[in-house]
Amino acid sequence: MKAKIRWAKDNLFKGYFNSALSIFLITFFAWAFYNFFNWLVIDSVLLGDADACRQASGACLAFIVDKTRFIFFGFYPETEIWRPIIAIFIFFIITFYSRLKSRWNRRLLYNWMYCGLVIWLLMRGGYFGLVKVETHNWGGLPLTLMLAVVGMIFSYPIGIFLALGRQSKLPLIKYLCVAYIELIRGVPLISMLFMSSVMMPLFLPEGYSPDKLMRAQVAIIMFISAYMAEVVRGGLQAIPRGQYEAADAMGLTYWQKMRLVILPQALKIVIPPTVNTAIGMFKDTSLVIIIALFDLMYTTKASMQDSNWLGFSVEAYLFVALIYFVFCNMISRMGRLFEKEFR
Amino acid sequence: MKILMITALLATSTAFAESKSSTLNTIKERKVLKCGVSSGLAGFSAPNSKGKWQGFDVDICRAIAAAVFGDPDKVQYTALSAQQRFVALQSGEIDVLSRNSTFTLTRDTSLGLNFAPVVYYDGQGFMVRKKDGVSKIADLNGASICTQQGTTTELNLADYFRTNNLKFKPVVFESNDEVHQSFVKGRCDAVTTDISGLAAQKSKLKNPDDYIILSEIISKEPLAPAVRHGDDVWFDVVKYSIYALMTAEEFGITSDNVDKFLKTKNPKIKRFLGITKGNGKALGLDEKWAYNIIKMVGNYHEIFERNVGKQSPLKLERGINALWKNGGLHYSPPFK
Repeated sequence: MKAKIRWAKDNLFKGYFNSALSIFLITFFAWAFYNFFNWLVIDSVLLGDADACRQASGACLAFIVDKTRFIFFGFYPETEIWRPIIAIFIFFIITFYSRLKSRWNRRLLYNWMYCGLVIWLLMRGGYFGLVKVETHNWGGLPLTLMLAVVGMIFSYPIGIFLALGRQSKLPLIKYLCVAYIELIRGVPLISMLFMSSVMMPLFLPEGYSPDKLMRAQVAIIMFISAYMAEVVRGGLQAIPRGQYEAADAMGLTYWQKMRLVILPQALKIVIPPTVNTAIGMFKDTSLVIIIALFDLMYTTKASMQDSNWLGFSVEAYLFVALIYFVFCNMISRMGRLFEKEFR
Repeated sequence: MKILMITALLATSTAFAESKSSTLNTIKERKVLKCGVSSGLAGFSAPNSKGKWQGFDVDICRAIAAAVFGDPDKVQYTALSAQQRFVALQSGEIDVLSRNSTFTLTRDTSLGLNFAPVVYYDGQGFMVRKKDGVSKIADLNGASICTQQGTTTELNLADYFRTNNLKFKPVVFESNDEVHQSFVKGRCDAVTTDISGLAAQKSKLKNPDDYIILSEIISKEPLAPAVRHGDDVWFDVVKYSIYALMTAEEFGITSDNVDKFLKTKNPKIKRFLGITKGNGKALGLDEKWAYNIIKMVGNYHEIFERNVGKQSPLKLERGINALWKNGGLHYSPPFK
């Protein structure tokens, strides 16, 4: 206790100016917190309809309660909601299981494939007596997670190959990779999504168009791959020349050299920027709004347009911000865990 | 070689033209109508808490599905952003676009669309505070008016006031929400956007009765569903599905009393409901198509009141959207 008082004296109340500033800030934050707390808890409406909410001065939690299902799962049929819930659960379990480096082996890879297949079958249905749910009815959290996770899983290896290709001594491969990376990095993700959803159908025969979700997913993978390539290239360039030369001196082939010596070191270095890209990507998936895929952000926005519940956008945005924060925080914790594991 | 290629191209394009001419058959085979709607516009199309689409534009889709299949739920909704909507129709991703789109010359011609009858006559209007005692636009001379930046709304406002020699102070904002927040906080005397949008904003307010929406409008925004150019059979189906809604209102037929009308002696109603056969065959539909629409979705009056009118939070007046008999603009050709 004494130490704390001492700390406060040294840091907060040193001199008149600092004391005044501290008191001012503490009162300000206390006042802000008090108001926020009042709004969110004391004056809020948890049960009731929109009219009850409009009469109250606090937050309309009833709106969130009523819309939770739609925000999380979009148009997924109500009776089948257990399927995306289990799918998300499976995803969490396999992710949690994979957190330790000692478990990283070929079997884990098969487990991931197996889980991916189960999740896909579960979400889509059409087999084993499950009702078929077309992808245009997918939405909310499962969609956001899928776009981000599948995007990451595919773009990571593609990024590695692009990075290696960019450093290749074969001019054709090198310039193809450079052209791809620079071209993709030169256009915004929105325009890629647009191309995939608006332009592509015009080139195809009328009435025939591949799944909209699939098109968006491919666009996202293509986009993130270019960024991953540059992240990986950073790692490759950070490895001292000596390592390359030593591997060559041992008579390793190109692929052996990369697989055994260079990449393990390079990928370790680039964990922080990879996590950075993953977080950025998780949030960027909300751009699929522009092609009207109902991801987490869009289900929230659509909820605000229900004519029975107009005018509660603050509550809705805060709610969805909280969800995004939780997930981004989980990704960055995961990143820190990997850094520790590889130290 | 070139000639070969050109003939090949021509052959494929005529093949497309042929496949185009049977939208109705494609839909019947597919057993579902693909309808493009807005991804969220209060009262017109928005998903409810259960994830079901609701709204005025959605009911138009349901009416068409009722006419084609006798089942209004056989619709697959595609939510479309403003940028996507016409391409989705052109590329065949959807069969009909029912997405609060304004009927204009360019869209009707160079975009390759055909507009069905107007389902909702919208227009730019003004909302003011009741206590200010404003009853017509001329009263707003010298007032400050909130509007959204860089929109046609802003242009229309300036044009209208200039042509009518009125003065005003524009207060512009980036987003629609900001515009209305500022109006409520008293930054300006009036706020302008489309009447349906004003009604949606008004219903959000704590005390909506303190505000009024002026009945005058300064721009024409006829909202109509659209189909692709070049398939007149399908165009007719969409067109008459909408006229059926208005005709039913004219006859006083609603979803509740339509069964009573089956025993009517009125030959016009008999033909309308398919008791006297002919209309269905002409359109390539079941003879009970109009009966199905009214029974399952309701007439125009019901659709209007349920989604945007008195029974809805938006509380819009019929105004120019009334039938021609009641001083409005909706006028259906006879069903004979």
